[in-house]
Amino acid sequence: MIILYDYELSGNCYKVRLLLSMLNVSYEKKAIEFYPAAEHKTDAFLSINALGQLPVIQTGDLTINDSHAILVYLARQYDKSDTWFPISDPVRLAQVTQWMCFADSLTSSASSARLVNGFFYDLDGEACRQEAHRLFRIFDEHLWFNEREDHLWVVPGKTPTIADLACFAYVVLSEEGGISRMDYPAIRRWTDRVKRLAGFVVMPGVFPAGPGPVHVLPANDTFPSAGTAEA
Amino acid sequence: MTQCSDPVALALWHPIAAIEDIPADGKQKTQLLGEVLHYRKMDDTRVSVHHGDRKLPVTLAYGYVWTCLGTPERDLFDLPEYAESDRRNVCAATVGVNVSAPRAVENFLDMGHFPFVHTGILGAEPHTEVREYQVNVDTERDEILATECLFYQPQAAAGSSGGVMSDYIYRVPHPYCAVLYKSCPTDESRLDVIALFLQSVDEENIRAHALVSVIDTQSSDLDIRMFQQNIFSQDKPILENQLPKRLPLDPRAETPIRADKSAIAYRRWLRTKGLQYGVLAAAA
Repeated sequence: MIILYDYELSGNCYKVRLLLSMLNVSYEKKAIEFYPAAEHKTDAFLSINALGQLPVIQTGDLTINDSHAILVYLARQYDKSDTWFPISDPVRLAQVTQWMCFADSLTSSASSARLVNGFFYDLDGEACRQEAHRLFRIFDEHLWFNEREDHLWVVPGKTPTIADLACFAYVVLSEEGGISRMDYPAIRRWTDRVKRLAGFVVMPGVFPAGPGPVHVLPANDTFPSAGTAEA
Repeated sequence: MTQCSDPVALALWHPIAAIEDIPADGKQKTQLLGEVLHYRKMDDTRVSVHHGDRKLPVTLAYGYVWTCLGTPERDLFDLPEYAESDRRNVCAATVGVNVSAPRAVENFLDMGHFPFVHTGILGAEPHTEVREYQVNVDTERDEILATECLFYQPQAAAGSSGGVMSDYIYRVPHPYCAVLYKSCPTDESRLDVIALFLQSVDEENIRAHALVSVIDTQSSDLDIRMFQQNIFSQDKPILENQLPKRLPLDPRAETPIRADKSAIAYRRWLRTKGLQYGVLAAAA
């Protein structure tokens, strides 16, 4: 059984919960109170992850830190369709890696602004917001050009990748940091598509998509498909 | 930042931090009514609060530090349950929200949003009806009381193990604080208490503090805190999208429905008090 060291309000933990749910992998949560207890900086937790960061997963003797490393592991280990982390395609693999790095820059901007507003971190919230808007503009254009080619996801191709989930968390939570998505229509359409993926789950601050179709990925037979009678 | 000139808000006791969250040493900083305050833990029973060089009055109550920027007109409201020896008193959350304090009080009083915002926890479709309940203003204690509130809840508290019809009583004993009494899932004869203490950082930003005082021998403090933090975080985007951010006190500004009875009484009560901070005054 996978153990996820988790804080419900953490976007980085949310990325992992999303993929676990979408891949239909069962796991056990251990709550670590990030705020106000700062439990991730206690000796007990530092012995699990010396960096004092969430999330962490453990399975058997294996411990993996870092949300993106965990996404890579889960995709390789549990995704029968081999689409979430496309290792056989060098170009797409490079693009996935590039957008996961981009997602890290969202952590240091959009997520930091959220830490200032919601969790009283002593950072320059205005500078974080400015940087987030610069990144959102670039991201919105990228998604808009993808849509023109009928590519619905962050990395061009037929199926979403872990880069979608890596980028999704702090984009969809941006308003908590005072960053409106009003001016980014392609981003808003993309967040709606992610919300319609089979296995999508919400977290506090994230609402489900309105009524409409669930996007079942045809290649992945682990998904419970919406209309099967024999299920 | 405009200075607060509202005599009503200046004379109130305001919460600024959970006592247990204050580090043992060092000066801490926070903001109240637009003013920067510094505070420091002297020992477990004493906290000092300063506004610049001025020492402010302090009350330590219900797990939180309370202070007043003017001259307090009365003692902080009573919450006698806090002293009951078998209760678990947990300072459960402090969450920053970009909204005025009165908007957050009103949301706390509203049962109608439970099935849609706290889906599967405090409510669930199709159980969306807010039944008729009673609202009274207790003039002697100067507080609002809403009673006979009944609502179906799938997971009413951290210690719940299934859906129940929850009985609620709401008290509003302070313009920026509200207290909720609800059926205790583990002891039918008692009521759990959840209190919302709002710190007006400025007119449109709050720190929402929560006290949970329950009869529950099973849940850990962490379970109780995470339950409350999740609930607050679900409310946050709803509150932050309400416009105007200050609560309009003009009865014609927003159209209430019958389920909003307590909100109507609350707005009227604030009008009578002449509160100005965090509200939009009614047209004369």
